[in-house]
Amino acid sequence: MDFDLSPEQTQLKAGIDRLVGSAYGSLEQRNAHAAEPLGFSEKVWAQFVEMGLTGIPFSEEEGGFGGGPVETMLVMEALGRGLALEPYFASVVLGGCAVRLGGSQALKSCVIPGIVEGSIRLALATTEKQSRYDLFDVATVARSDADGLVLEGAKCVVLHGDSASHLVLSARMAGQRRDRDGVGLFLLPADAPGLKIHGYRTQDGGRAAEISLSQVRLGADAMIGEPGHGFPILERVAEFAIAALAAEAVGIMAALLQLTVDYLKTRQQFGGPIAQFQVLQHRAVDMFIALEQARSMAFYAAMMVEHPGAAERAAALSAVKVQINRSCRLVGQEAVQLHGGIGMTMEYRGAHYFKRLTMIESAFGDTGYHLKRMGDFGTAGQKR
Amino acid sequence: MDLRFTPEETAFRDEVRSFFRTQVPAGIRAKVSEGRALTREDYVTSQRILNAHGYAVPHWPREWGGQDWTPIQRYVFTEEMLLAAVPLPLQFNCYMVGPVIAAFGSQAQKEKHLARIANLDEWWCQGFSEPGAGSDLASLKTKAVREGDHYIVDGQKTWTTLGQYADWIFCLVRTDPTARKQAGISFILIDMKTPGITVRPIITLEGRHEVNEVFFDNVKVPVENLVGEENKGWDYAKFLLANERTGIARIGLSKERLARAKRLAKEMPAGEGMLWEERDFRERVAAVEIELKALEITQMRVVAAQARTSDNRPDPASSILKIKGSQLQQATTELLLEVAGPFALAAPDLLAPPHDGWPFDYDWADAAVASYFNSRKVSIYGGSNEIQKNIIAKAVLGF
Repeated sequence: MDFDLSPEQTQLKAGIDRLVGSAYGSLEQRNAHAAEPLGFSEKVWAQFVEMGLTGIPFSEEEGGFGGGPVETMLVMEALGRGLALEPYFASVVLGGCAVRLGGSQALKSCVIPGIVEGSIRLALATTEKQSRYDLFDVATVARSDADGLVLEGAKCVVLHGDSASHLVLSARMAGQRRDRDGVGLFLLPADAPGLKIHGYRTQDGGRAAEISLSQVRLGADAMIGEPGHGFPILERVAEFAIAALAAEAVGIMAALLQLTVDYLKTRQQFGGPIAQFQVLQHRAVDMFIALEQARSMAFYAAMMVEHPGAAERAAALSAVKVQINRSCRLVGQEAVQLHGGIGMTMEYRGAHYFKRLTMIESAFGDTGYHLKRMGDFGTAGQKR
Repeated sequence: MDLRFTPEETAFRDEVRSFFRTQVPAGIRAKVSEGRALTREDYVTSQRILNAHGYAVPHWPREWGGQDWTPIQRYVFTEEMLLAAVPLPLQFNCYMVGPVIAAFGSQAQKEKHLARIANLDEWWCQGFSEPGAGSDLASLKTKAVREGDHYIVDGQKTWTTLGQYADWIFCLVRTDPTARKQAGISFILIDMKTPGITVRPIITLEGRHEVNEVFFDNVKVPVENLVGEENKGWDYAKFLLANERTGIARIGLSKERLARAKRLAKEMPAGEGMLWEERDFRERVAAVEIELKALEITQMRVVAAQARTSDNRPDPASSILKIKGSQLQQATTELLLEVAGPFALAAPDLLAPPHDGWPFDYDWADAAVASYFNSRKVSIYGGSNEIQKNIIAKAVLGF
């Protein structure tokens, strides 16, 4: 048992910290990146590629750099600290994971080198207006006709859906809307005829899109995984997503706590710094405890996300998300309260941390969703 | 980074796990698991079994019976002991006065006491808190005045846990009334049979006799019972309080209680089925389990950091172990209280032997409720959680 980074990991961390620190040192820089046409900086994205970050989760045979969950954790933590806008999570973590875990050899060798080079950017299109967090709840359909597959339907809040070159999209091939079987997973180019993408800004300063599909034709090579067996792949994608979000949240919360503590020490009221008040000190300590509990769970996620036992792994990642969500809520709200009025303003970095933390809470399962899952795991194998 | 145990650590865990579950009498372990009071004899029996196998004081220096274990081994050992519901070796002996004597005591004190402390041939209690010195311990007033080759001790100690069984008490006393608060305090050892000592029971809210007041009226204590130097007692007390952080969160205890709450909930009728079948109850259990898992990893981070460095400065994360650990201990007793439901009301005579012929279906409920009441203390003792927050505020956040 040790929590130390290897020399290579230490080097990687130093490199990412440097890159994110220079690209996202100030809120003005971030605002400038957000104002670019794609909603992020292509220059910074190219730096991610150059540093090899986009190749981290892929094996060397696949054309990547053979990193594991710990390497992804280091990247996501740094991206969180910087509130980076580039589509690393959407393309490399979510899309890349679907291709890596579900794709055929042919598909992988066609797509992964592009992800690593940054020329292919993926977006995961799974959420629908009725689905909430259930990845098997799919109303979009994929019908076979004489010429192949035809997609009909719509997807919501597709992260970076307006800048992606390709979508990883779920569609029903068989069964009823909420069946776990019968969901297909497809890779399709964003410029496919019949695909309409409506992009917009998200609450946390990023980008997302509403997508509609009308008579979208697919080639046979578009399938990720076996026909109708897409849901198990998506479950794994969600687990990797939770592990990555946990690390991002830890990066944000650590930065936000630091901002808050510094503010308490400098803000003068009643003839001295407000840090002199014990009631404020204790609230900052509560933030610290929430951060450290979250950090422990980010480690736990990195440890468990490749665990071979599916049930144990699923329960672990649900536990991680609950703790992360609760810590996000406490640290975010307390940071605003302890800052007072300035914490309420768009010009303050801390407010943006709070907004991103709030969005992390409702990504890939909110607290209620995962507690409910934990409750269900408790009765697994029992009658009811 | 590797969060798994090594094969050696796993083998060690299996070895101590099997030891605790086969060598310590099941009757004693059942009492601990149910939250029933142990007798003096139970403590002595259990600790002597541990001591016979070198397990009572593994964290002591080797020449006095210690084991040279790694911090990870110590952590595994304590957690397994809690999971098996084995009574911890008497804290006042093994984690408090023993390490202080081993580190700062005279050769004569070491030879006289250490082996007997480890074997519980001598039962020790702690004389720190006073009616006017709780969280503000350094304001203590019990005084020791040097007269020839004796000190004359006058004053009062309180919250003296299991003092009714004690042969000896280690005390913080004021030896220099003119010095600054912390500077005039000494650490002395007092034989409880010395004339002038009176022990008065305090019955705590769950109805048990666990703590006492101890009065000192003109008590003559030989000078050789001073530990270390006069007026340096505060340093030794700080050493004592920081000495054993491993296991302070008592994660094993909370895990054991949670498992028990689940087991009992599966047998507790509620509505058409059993309590465990109610989703909101299971979610409340899950919420506690999740925080406990996070704390377990936090604890492992602290232990791994101890294993990595030789300096004794605790990882900043260690400061949260007491706060979160105590909250979770309390949360597990709340779950048991909830399982007991309406049957929580029945309070038998807790000092009487349990329940032959007791006409009650849930004969665990009274002890579970007692645990709930009793465990309110864990966020108060050993530096209240508010004091712990002050420590974090100062040491970690730099306020």
